[in-house]
Amino acid sequence: MFDDRSPIYRQIAEHIKAEILSGELAEDSQVMSTNQYAAAYRINPATAAKGLRQLIDDGILYKRRGIGMFVSPDAHDKLRTASRDRFFDDVVDPMVEQALTIGIPLDDVVEHIQRKDGKST
Amino acid sequence: MTLGVSAANVTLDYGDTRAVDDLSFTLDGGKIHGLLGRNGSGKTSLVSLIAAFRRPTSGTITVGGRQPFENAEVTPDICLIREAGDVFESDTVKRVLKFAATFRPRWDARLAERLVERFELPERKRVTSLSRGMRSALGVVLGLAARAPVTIFDEVHLGMDAPSRYAFYEELLDDYLAHPRTVILSTHLIEEVSSLLEEVLIIDKGRLVTHGPADELKERGVAVTGRTADVEAFTRGMEILNTQRLGGTTRITVFGSMDDGRRRKAAEAGLELGPVPLQDLVVHLTGRERSGDDDA
Repeated sequence: MFDDRSPIYRQIAEHIKAEILSGELAEDSQVMSTNQYAAAYRINPATAAKGLRQLIDDGILYKRRGIGMFVSPDAHDKLRTASRDRFFDDVVDPMVEQALTIGIPLDDVVEHIQRKDGKST
Repeated sequence: MTLGVSAANVTLDYGDTRAVDDLSFTLDGGKIHGLLGRNGSGKTSLVSLIAAFRRPTSGTITVGGRQPFENAEVTPDICLIREAGDVFESDTVKRVLKFAATFRPRWDARLAERLVERFELPERKRVTSLSRGMRSALGVVLGLAARAPVTIFDEVHLGMDAPSRYAFYEELLDDYLAHPRTVILSTHLIEEVSSLLEEVLIIDKGRLVTHGPADELKERGVAVTGRTADVEAFTRGMEILNTQRLGGTTRITVFGSMDDGRRRKAAEAGLELGPVPLQDLVVHLTGRERSGDDDA
């Protein structure tokens, strides 16, 4: 899943995923049509369709013939699992690398995280 | 209703000058196509052939399977808007629109009215007294409101300022979504229209350079960024479009498909792969070093 080749259709897919993760788009709710996305993003409908097709292929959305596209019942869980799997690669590792580059001891980072954790619990 | 357009070995000569050189392609109906190329590459000549303004010197152009030249059954379905406007200069804007309504079978007067308002076209003024931007806007109104199954804009929007151009792109997309038809946008302002295009046709010196889905062409350009030695090692043997250096970091733009295996290798080497603007690809494909390689 390293598809950085066409930013626009990926942006659409990412946008929908973010909405599902945040709960804005509930399971079994309808997403906008290809044409609505095309108009909203000012892009060719074929490009919008590509972003949506990707989500259908990944099982995040499903199609109802003649009605439209909907959020799959397990989409939220699926995306959470996928985001968790990528969390250390995407978020933690770059943070550690940057901390080392600018000379922040990792102990300080850990301490900071623990302090945050103490606040939130 | 959508109509396809095809060219089979089409050549157009102006005296000793060959403007279109043995072009062959097929455009399926119902898409927005970008006709891209440098000034003087033959874009205007090609669209003039499609719109029956000219007859090919040799070869065949068809629109919806029929040859358009002097064919009254086909020509009402084709609308070519050129920068010059092709209207009676001494007429008022209002009269020009009225005239268009009488000979465009699918004319949408309401849309025309709305666009005139949006582009703030002075209806009582004569065409001769319009600014360049206003003339372009008039062309846009004529082209969109005609709703022709084959709608061609030949660099019309060049005279418009940026806000008007974006208004044009917006109106074009909205009307296309509501009334799908075959659209050809001939332009060298590539980046601005690139997200609207489903297919691109690139020509240079009257010849076809490439034709295909815009996304596929974009995927063939990749910007590789990372430590200089790693980037150089990774891109060795690839077609290089451009190299930029900043300290120990290098970005090399390559042209050629990159499969998942190579992408994985790049990730392992700590290299970043990024997209390349369509404009850069077209510049490369129609640049001096590439063109004329067969008649040099």
